[in-house]
Amino acid sequence: MPLNTILLLGAALFCIGLAVVVTRKNAIAVLIGIELMLNAANLNLVAFSRFDAVELQGQIFALFVITVAAAEAAVALAIVIKVYQHFQTANLDKINELKG
Amino acid sequence: MPIENIIFYAFLGLTGLSALFILLSKNILYSAFALIATFIGMAGIFVLLGAEFVAITQILVYVGGILILMVFGIMLTNRLSQAKVETEVYNKFFGILISAGLFYILAKAIEMADFANMGWMKNAPSAPSSVQDLGMKIMTDYVLVFEVIGILLLLALIGAVRIAGNTREEGTDAA
Repeated sequence: MPLNTILLLGAALFCIGLAVVVTRKNAIAVLIGIELMLNAANLNLVAFSRFDAVELQGQIFALFVITVAAAEAAVALAIVIKVYQHFQTANLDKINELKG
Repeated sequence: MPIENIIFYAFLGLTGLSALFILLSKNILYSAFALIATFIGMAGIFVLLGAEFVAITQILVYVGGILILMVFGIMLTNRLSQAKVETEVYNKFFGILISAGLFYILAKAIEMADFANMGWMKNAPSAPSSVQDLGMKIMTDYVLVFEVIGILLLLALIGAVRIAGNTREEGTDAA
């Protein structure tokens, strides 16, 4: 398991997540991209943690990232559902009430 | 080729291919299911990297929790009379261009940094980490962060229920 392969996979996942966030119009598809980006960061943390078997900082930080991602997903989905009830759409291009 | 490497590359391929499928598929529901495959592949890689607890947490939290939430979100935010839950795609050219450029920069940086040959990496202790060590660390050195993250999770869940819940008198009980 070469380290560089894992780091390249992490970079690829991050870039795919970024592309999904930028190109999708549906709010939940954007959320899927954000989760992918958070996981790419986790992959790097765990990969480096293998060389740090005593302190384990990378694994512990990865656990905290997972927790924060869960909190973020719960709040974001609640907001998306509320926005859908209010505007009858989850299309991010059509929710432009604050546009001058 | 040892069996461990074969398993590693299998999980690597699963992760990469299903992530690409998310990028290429317009159907949100298929994207959510491909995200499950990505997370399972990633959990396999975590196990091979010696982080069993993180892998289990990944499967429990993501596959068991967040993905179910997302599928419910897809169900509640799309008109079910439509045949397919598809999303529109825009900024295709610039989105792909920006992320491909970023990937090029990151790949170049990883190649130039050459982490594997750094001194502290070569001299790293090769003793495998155990779940017991992780638990001891969380409950001693990182106990404050652990408590804070617990409070954050509680607040986020209460906030999510408050936002999405069925509030009959919007104006009066908000204060």
